[in-house]
Amino acid sequence: MTTTRKAQLVVFAAALTLGLASAMAEAKEKVKVGFIGPLSGGTSSNGLGGRNSADLAVTLRNADPNAKYEYELMVLDDECKPDKGVQAATKMAADKDVVAAATHYCSAVAIATVDVYNRFGLPVVVWGAVLPDITYGNDYKEVHRVNGTMINQNETAAKFMTGLGYKTWAVIHDTTDYGKGHNKYFSQFVTENGGKILGTFGVTADQQDFTAELTKIKSLKPEVIYFGGLTPIGVRVRAQMEKLGLDAQFEGTSGIVSDTFIEGAAGLAEGVVAFREGAPTEKLPGGKYFTEQYSKKGYAEPAEAYGAFAFAAMNLILDTIEAQGPNRKKVRAALNGVQGHDSIVGEISFDDHGQNTVALITKYVIQDGKWTLWEDSEYASGMRKLKGQ
Amino acid sequence: MDLGLFSQYVMNGLMLGMMYALVAVGFTLFFGVLDVINFSHGDVLMVGSFTGLATYLGLDALGVVWPAFQVTAVLAAATLAMALLGAVIARYLVLPLKSAPALNTLLITLMLGTVLREGIRMFYPEGANPKPFPALLPTDAYPLGNFNLRIDNLLMLSAGLVVIVGVHLLINRTKLGLAIRAVAQDEETAKTMGINFNLVVLVTFAIGSALAAFAGIMNGLYYNETNFGIGLLLGVIGFSSAIIGGLGNIYGAIIGGFLFAALQTVGAVALPFASAYKDVFAFGVVILIMAWRPTGLISEKVSERV
Repeated sequence: MTTTRKAQLVVFAAALTLGLASAMAEAKEKVKVGFIGPLSGGTSSNGLGGRNSADLAVTLRNADPNAKYEYELMVLDDECKPDKGVQAATKMAADKDVVAAATHYCSAVAIATVDVYNRFGLPVVVWGAVLPDITYGNDYKEVHRVNGTMINQNETAAKFMTGLGYKTWAVIHDTTDYGKGHNKYFSQFVTENGGKILGTFGVTADQQDFTAELTKIKSLKPEVIYFGGLTPIGVRVRAQMEKLGLDAQFEGTSGIVSDTFIEGAAGLAEGVVAFREGAPTEKLPGGKYFTEQYSKKGYAEPAEAYGAFAFAAMNLILDTIEAQGPNRKKVRAALNGVQGHDSIVGEISFDDHGQNTVALITKYVIQDGKWTLWEDSEYASGMRKLKGQ
Repeated sequence: MDLGLFSQYVMNGLMLGMMYALVAVGFTLFFGVLDVINFSHGDVLMVGSFTGLATYLGLDALGVVWPAFQVTAVLAAATLAMALLGAVIARYLVLPLKSAPALNTLLITLMLGTVLREGIRMFYPEGANPKPFPALLPTDAYPLGNFNLRIDNLLMLSAGLVVIVGVHLLINRTKLGLAIRAVAQDEETAKTMGINFNLVVLVTFAIGSALAAFAGIMNGLYYNETNFGIGLLLGVIGFSSAIIGGLGNIYGAIIGGFLFAALQTVGAVALPFASAYKDVFAFGVVILIMAWRPTGLISEKVSERV
C-alpha cells in the first residue's frame, strides 16, 4: 500500500513539474477546437482535404503572434456513416474543453448529429454538407453552415440543363437524406422548367449492382441520367452504364465533384457535368492565398473541392473565439450574429437558421480528366459536345 | 417488354447468379464435410479479389502488359493464395473446435471475417477507398436492340460454367471426390476405411476458398471495381443461396445462387415501387421458401434444420 502511495506521489510530483515547465514555456492559454469529417471510406479524399485545410487554419493562427490563444485541433472520423458520426459528435461535444467545431461533409451524417450538438451546446460550423434541413430543419442555435445548400444547387442545375435543350431525365438517387433531398429539389425545379422525369430509382448507398435499374432506364430512353449521390456509387453507375451500352448524358451533383470520381471512372469521366455550391478554390476571393499556404505546408492529400470551406469554417470559429474568449455560450451567440464576415470564400452572413446566405453555384464539366468550369470548357465554346447535343 | 430488353435482364441475372452460385458452393462444401458454417467465406472472397488486384499491379510495375497472361496470373495468384488461406482457416480455427458447439465455429469465423475486412481496410494502401479493377478481358460489345452483348460477360459466364462442371467432376468422378463424399456421409466409417479425415477437410476448405477467390476476381472484372466491403453482402447472399438450395447439396447451392439473382432482378424490374427494396424482396422470398421447405429445395437424404 505504502509503495503504491509513494509511487503515486512521485508521479504526481513529476506531472506537476512537467505542467509547470510547459506552462512557463507557453504563456498563451490552450484552447481546443474540433474537426469532424469522413477520413476513411469512399469519400475520404474530401474528408482528408477538409481536415488538412482546418489544420492549416489552426497552424496559421498559432503562428500568428497576435493570437490570444494557442489552439489545438481535435480530429475525429465520421466515415460518412450516420452511426459513426453520432459517436464522433458525442465524443467531441462531451469534451468540455472543445469550444467549437467545424463538422461534416456528408449530409446524412450532418443531419444525424445536429441533435447531439444542440443537447451538449457545442457550437458547430458545417463545412461541406448541403442538405437544406441541416440548418432549415430545426431551430438549433448551435448549427451554422458556410457552404450553400442543395436547393440553390438544383435550381441552377435544372435551369442550366433545360437551357441546353435537354427534355427528359431518369433519376438515380441514393436513399439517404442526401440523395433523397437532391431527388426532391431537382425533380421539382426541372419540372418547373419544362423538363420531364421518366423514372426515379432509389438505390442503397453501398449498392454494387445497378444493371437492373440501368436496363430499365435504357428502355425509357432518357436524354440525361441525373445521379443524386456520392462518388463511390457514382463511379459504379457510370461504369455500368457503359457496360449496358446506355448512351445518355450523365449529370451529377456536388457529391461527385472530386478527383476520386475521375480516377475511378477513368476514360468514362469525360463530359460528365455536375454542380457545386461556392466557386473553385482559385476563383474564390482568398483562393490564391489559401492555395499558396496549403502547398507550402506540403500536405499529402489535395485540399479537394471543399477544403477552402473547411478552412473558412475553422477561421470563422477561431476569429469568434479570439473575440469572445473560449466559452461555448458566448461563441454560439456571436456566431449567430455573424454578418458580412470576411473570409476566403467571400463574405459570410448567417440568417436566422445559421445558414450562410451568399449562395454561389458553379457549373462543372469533366474535360481531359479535370473538373473544368463550364464557362472555360470546350463544351461551352462548342468545340466539344455533350451526349445527345 | 421486347426481346432485347429481356435478354439484357437475363444476362444481368446470369452474371450475378454465377457469382452467388460460386460462393454458395463453398458454404455447402464446408457444411457437407464438417457440418460447420464458415462465415468468413465472403471476406475470403474479398481478400481474393484484392490479391488479384495486387498481382495485377505488381505485373504492371514489372512491365508485363500481355492481357491473357495477366488474367491467368491474377486468377492463379488469387485462387492459390485463397486455397492456402482456406486450408489455414480449417487447420487452425475450424478443426480445433470440431468437438465444441457449432456456435463457437460460427462465431470464430464471423470474427475472422471482421479481422480480414478491417485488415484490408487498414493495411492495403488506401484500402478504405473503392479500388478500380482493371478490365483484363476484351471489352468488345455488340448492341442487339436493347441488348448489349459483351464478350467479357460471355467469357466470364463460360469460365464460371467450366469451374462448376469441374467441381462436379471432381466430386463425382475422382478418388478425392469419393473421399469428400464419404466424409460428408459418415465421418467415423470414412476414417475406418482409411480416409485421412483432416486432409480431406483441409482440401475441401481449399477448394471452397479457391472458388470464392474465383468469384472475387469475376466480381472485380464485371464491375471494374473492388472494395473492402464486397464480401459482406456476397457472403450473406451466398449463404442464403446455399440454404434455399439445401445446405450440403452442391446442385442445390447452384440453383439457389441463380434463384437469388433472379429474385433480385425481378424485384428491381417488376415491382412498381423503388428498386431500393429489391434486396428486401429477395430476402423476403428466401424467408418464405425456408418456411415452406426448411431443409431447402433439394434436401440431403439425412436432412438437418439450420
